[in-house]
Amino acid sequence: MEPNYLSTPRGLKSWLTTVDHKRIGVMYLASILFAFFLGGVFAILIRIELLTPGRTIMSAETYNRVFTLHGAIMIFLFIIPSIPASLGNFVLPLMLGAKDVAFPRLNLASYYIYVAGALLAVGAMVTGGVDTGWTFYTPYSTTTNSSVGLMTLAAFVLGFSSIFTGINFIATIHKLRAPGMSWFKMPLFAWGIYATAIIQVLATPVLGITLLLILMERVFSIGIFNPQLGGDPILFQHFFWFYSHPAVYIMILPGMAIISEVIPVFSRKTIFGYKAIAYSSIAIAAVSFLVWGHHMFVSGQSQLANAIFSFLTFLVAIPSGVKVFNWIATMYKGSISLEAPMLYAISFLLLFAIGGLTGLFLGALAVDVHLHDTYFVVAHFHFVMMGGTVMAFLAGLHYWWPKMFGRTYSEKWARVAAALIFVGFNVTFLSQFVLGSRGMPRRYYNYLDQFQPLHVFSTVGSWILALGFFIMAGYLWVSLRKPCDAPANPWGAVGLEWQTGSPPPEHNFEHVPLVTHGPYDYSQPVSEPEEVQA
Amino acid sequence: MSVAAEPFLQHHFTTAEQQADAGKIGMWLFLVTEILLFGGLFVGFAIMQGLHPEAFLQAHRHLDRTLGFINTVVLLSSSYTMVMAVWSAQNERRKRLIVYLLLTIAFAGVFLGIKYIEYSHKFHEGLLPGRFYHHAGDTVPGQFMFFSFYFMMTGLHGLHILGGIVAISWVLRRAIRGDFSHKYYTPVDLVGLYWHLVDVIWIYLFPLLYLIK
Amino acid sequence: MTSTAHATSPGTYSKILGILLALTVLTLSAASMDFGAGNVVIALVIATIKASLVALFFMHLRHDKPMSAVIFVSGVATLAVFLTFCLLDTGSRERVRPPNATPAASVRR
Repeated sequence: MEPNYLSTPRGLKSWLTTVDHKRIGVMYLASILFAFFLGGVFAILIRIELLTPGRTIMSAETYNRVFTLHGAIMIFLFIIPSIPASLGNFVLPLMLGAKDVAFPRLNLASYYIYVAGALLAVGAMVTGGVDTGWTFYTPYSTTTNSSVGLMTLAAFVLGFSSIFTGINFIATIHKLRAPGMSWFKMPLFAWGIYATAIIQVLATPVLGITLLLILMERVFSIGIFNPQLGGDPILFQHFFWFYSHPAVYIMILPGMAIISEVIPVFSRKTIFGYKAIAYSSIAIAAVSFLVWGHHMFVSGQSQLANAIFSFLTFLVAIPSGVKVFNWIATMYKGSISLEAPMLYAISFLLLFAIGGLTGLFLGALAVDVHLHDTYFVVAHFHFVMMGGTVMAFLAGLHYWWPKMFGRTYSEKWARVAAALIFVGFNVTFLSQFVLGSRGMPRRYYNYLDQFQPLHVFSTVGSWILALGFFIMAGYLWVSLRKPCDAPANPWGAVGLEWQTGSPPPEHNFEHVPLVTHGPYDYSQPVSEPEEVQA
Repeated sequence: MSVAAEPFLQHHFTTAEQQADAGKIGMWLFLVTEILLFGGLFVGFAIMQGLHPEAFLQAHRHLDRTLGFINTVVLLSSSYTMVMAVWSAQNERRKRLIVYLLLTIAFAGVFLGIKYIEYSHKFHEGLLPGRFYHHAGDTVPGQFMFFSFYFMMTGLHGLHILGGIVAISWVLRRAIRGDFSHKYYTPVDLVGLYWHLVDVIWIYLFPLLYLIK
Repeated sequence: MTSTAHATSPGTYSKILGILLALTVLTLSAASMDFGAGNVVIALVIATIKASLVALFFMHLRHDKPMSAVIFVSGVATLAVFLTFCLLDTGSRERVRPPNATPAASVRR
């Protein structure tokens, strides 16, 4: 096999000191997949505990720590970095025809900062964990004895990793596009990553200061969130959700970005409404900053604020809706092929639609009074985060796997896993919509007997999900052990990343590409690049 | 452009201008994160002051307006010397560049020195944040909250001054080494931007903390 | 990049410093006079003028490519959104009445 970014330069030290965006992307990929596994283990434990009302395998105090760690790991260590840091890092420069991101050393720094944050989180876990829920609401988070200090420090450090990634991607997209690639010739993946990066830069610092304020309250009792000292606990929620709501768009925008790439390829048709999708990404980023109060409808926030936030929440759904219609229109009269990436993309369309719609239900004030803090909310966000982002991530992983590693995977086993994951996901989480609407509160260790059948059903779903993921791990591992067998362009896709080898050489392109047409031009038959080897 | 002619040009950029522009975008993005980080503290301060106007008014009387004024003058002057350093770098006046960088560091040192004096006074009087507040003889309760914010905001700001001193010292070292020219002075430029933002934050801190009415 | 420094001379920088120092003296003296609620407004307006001068001249926003200014303004706008909505909420909270209290006595602030 030709020398490529994986094979040269050799040695552990060359990996640990690399500034190559492709290697950094691979390191991130391994890390976030491990975090997903860890978060998943906690999820399985939660669902086993909930098989019976009352104690099943753990005490109530332990249960609080388990669901907190599940949330904190999944959000801060897995989903926020997931697509941008792994797939984004790898693919974005290639897609733009660039040799690397704008600041390669900052890229490596952001990875090591991620590792440092992860180690701090592990520290919090092994010193007893945290029992506040991932949302750290005061006054409990400022008074409980659990390892809140370490976990908030971990999240603070991880925030910098996210910020640096965002800074890097914005500068890259502005300055490193290949000659001829205007903004509107850029692939939509880049637009999605760009919108995500804007949120990363603007929102994350507010999380930073929020976490510092928790630490200050714990150490100094500064008083800002403590009503007994004249502070306002609802203010904490404003501070927290000002980041954490835009954060969910950090999670979904890259997923949407991947869907915009995969659907045209597997429909062999140019994307419908390119500009609408591009603009909607920016619109989502902008409006995402205006709706955070919808997490606080029953917190004691004023009625005026409630009304304004509810109205703005309805607005933010519109650009997402625009995207869904454009993706479906892309598929209409296309030549659809159902390989694994497309199976995940179609799953995304259905599951994200349900997730987004149920978000609107929650955005309606009167309805939210009943649904807030129930399993309905849990189901909603798992539908958008897992049915949405994770499905899109899997679509992207399978789509770019041959490019990243030069190896194909077993399409048969990929379809088996996709089916199991789709079925398992719906069994697990559709039941939770029902549980929630019937009154089952979230984060509860005990529950009324009448909820047990649905809880059992949901838990069985989680086992089906887990099985699907284990099978996926299996065939991907097998794929890595094979010799390189993937062509440069296994999917016949248009896009600069497919115009170089699989895996790409260290410097990405032998010659700077010149872009003359749009990113989704499937009107011509797609040819293999002539010179893909060194 | 050969590598020898432009040793500062990194391999993934095609022109020096592209590299400099990228660096500038990157630094402005970082500055925006600082604006939002400090901004959170300003928001908290605004809301708490709105809730406890009397307490904040009484508490702030312990601050020395003269020292605050001097520190403001010091930082504004340091901003001037910093931008003159950037001008010197771009106009290849190496000696002036070094002098202006040294002056900036000196001003920063004076700022921290005055803050040390102020902090010592607060410690002495028991005017400490949160639970450590033990000033006797308050007629209006709740003044500890003002000092919670005073120390958090000036403390975080002071840390950024320290970081700035480190960054400017690094640029100074490179200036002495002769790294900069009219074609390449980006590090001076970007560290300068950071330094100016630290000044801007103080421009708001001074009236809000020292001059409340 | 070359446009920035050629556009601003050392003379301009000194003038700007002079204005900044003068405004600092102004804000100090304004604080010793009583304008009621206007004091905060005056202080913030003067601070904003000073910050703008630093941003436009010392930070070269006046002569750089517009992207720098777009980034800076976006950051300030985001902060403004945060401040505004928080104040909107805290400023419109309903007053909680303890049972059996007269309306005037129950106002809690």
